[in-house]
Amino acid sequence: MKLVLKKAGIRIDGRWLVRDVSLSIKSQRVTAVVGPNGSGKSTVLRLLAGLWRPTEGQAELDGRSLARMPRRMIARRVAYLPQSTHINFAFTVREIVGMGRHPHIGRFDTPSRVDEAAVEAALRRTDVVHLGERPVNELSGGERQRALIARSLATEADAIVLDEPTSNLDIDHSLETLGLLEQLANEGKAVAVALHDLNAVVRWADQVALLNRGSLDACGAVEQVMRDDLFESVFGVAVERLITGSGTETFVFHRRHAPGQGNSCS
Amino acid sequence: MSESSNRARESVAALTAAGTARTARALIFFPAVSVLLAVTAVAGVAIGSTGISWDTVTRVITAKILPAGWVDLAGIPEADQVIVWLIRMPRVVVAGLAGAALAVAGAQLQGVFRNPLAEPSVIGVSQGAALGAVIAFITDLTARSALWLPLAAFAGAFLALFAVHLIATRAGRTPVATLLLAGIALGAMISACTSLLISLSFVNWEVAAEIVFWMMGGLDSRTWTHVWICLPLVTIGVLISLWYSRDLDLLLLGEETSKSLGVDAESVKRTILTTAALLAGAAVAVSGIVGFVGLVVPHAIRLVLGPSHRKLLPASVLTGACFLIACDLLARTANPPTEIRLGIVTATFGAPFFLYLLRNRHKEIGYF
Repeated sequence: MKLVLKKAGIRIDGRWLVRDVSLSIKSQRVTAVVGPNGSGKSTVLRLLAGLWRPTEGQAELDGRSLARMPRRMIARRVAYLPQSTHINFAFTVREIVGMGRHPHIGRFDTPSRVDEAAVEAALRRTDVVHLGERPVNELSGGERQRALIARSLATEADAIVLDEPTSNLDIDHSLETLGLLEQLANEGKAVAVALHDLNAVVRWADQVALLNRGSLDACGAVEQVMRDDLFESVFGVAVERLITGSGTETFVFHRRHAPGQGNSCS
Repeated sequence: MSESSNRARESVAALTAAGTARTARALIFFPAVSVLLAVTAVAGVAIGSTGISWDTVTRVITAKILPAGWVDLAGIPEADQVIVWLIRMPRVVVAGLAGAALAVAGAQLQGVFRNPLAEPSVIGVSQGAALGAVIAFITDLTARSALWLPLAAFAGAFLALFAVHLIATRAGRTPVATLLLAGIALGAMISACTSLLISLSFVNWEVAAEIVFWMMGGLDSRTWTHVWICLPLVTIGVLISLWYSRDLDLLLLGEETSKSLGVDAESVKRTILTTAALLAGAAVAVSGIVGFVGLVVPHAIRLVLGPSHRKLLPASVLTGACFLIACDLLARTANPPTEIRLGIVTATFGAPFFLYLLRNRHKEIGYF
């Protein structure tokens, strides 16, 4: 399983959102997409999931252009979780997760045993079995997010693309979710995930794509990309590396202030 | 102690197990509403200025529907047969069809717009139909054939949707927010045109009165012709809506998510809007402007069965039909010999019910 962007770029309303991005998402790897706000992370993920067609370049799944694949076929192989989902209607969690099976179910078919088993497994993996019959709009933000992650798992796609899946989660569920992504990769899935927490990236990702103003500044193994000079130039922050008691390296970031600017109160 | 806390947790789970409750309710809901619809329809035919016994009503109807000779009509006066089959029956059938169409159109539009207030007027369809009808009245087309009024209303509904869609589409994409705003703005413009025509028409008092009555909705002197006008349209519309019911569920998760799950969001949206306009246009064509059916019926059903369109849409067909037949029965019989306009009756029941939902049950419906 290989999901590839080849010199892909997309222009909407005359403005290039991203340009010349080459990136490949492979089985058994967690690829983190990082970059400042507005750098094009979500756009790259949408191109990978085949939601948007590149204006130039290609998006390919195992050598086949996504643009030429039927939407349902893409949906079976690539699951996608957007950054935020507003659900105003009182669907139960089980119904929402069941929607992840949509690409596998014929128009007038009822869900089969295989579909139900997939939903059950997805509910269990994100720890929402007990919420199964609850209306999703009554849940807390974190519970809802886990239900939506379960929905993307229920598809049982080979590749899973997630846009900041941990942004609504408390620290424990956030760690659990990142651990789940690693586990999915170990089971052979290709995982692409946009993350803001750079410490999480170092800990959980196998590959990092660093975006800056719509272009790919660096892409490769974690230690190649997570360099102090790149942090400084892309995010505009100063980096300090600390070794914790357990021997893990942790970044601490500081705002950089130009001398003589904004820092005095006298 | 842990046992009691377990039990407490279970009872909380039981209270909030919306999914389980909805499944159980669906098993009762569909047979119950089907029976209610049959009873309301027979009542609609039996009750009126000339009372007719339920036995006569069922015998005449079955005799007409079943092959000749199966049911014996001996002993039933010719006049009663005419009242049942040629006067009241078409009216009840038109009421049922219009009610079903309006309820399904409302449910579909609320789904596409992910907005609880959506109904045919937000995409300009009702206003378009009204303008079409007013033009037919003023140009005196209505006097030439009974077909012109529904045709003009229907054409107006579709032209309005087409214009709104055209305005809201950019580069092949039609965002629902733009659609909603374009619909409201264009709807206001169309309404202004309608008002202008009505105000000009007041030089001829009779035409003006006809128009004003039509705008209040009503099913007086409907015939089998009206049934044949709207039956095919409503049937097609309902079938298409059922075909897309699961896509509509997925659209509620947002266009991006639905696309990622294999739904061709733009084309599904277009199809559903067209279907809703077809249904609303067909209803307005035969009943005039009748409000609140598309708003109240789907909301009430969501309360009982949940938001899933595979249940909501068929339930809307039955409940919408039942609701409008009952409202029309009331419009005919509340203040004899004068009829109350149908739009007034639906608003009298619809608006307070909607306010009740808003105040007391908003959590269960899910929005607000």
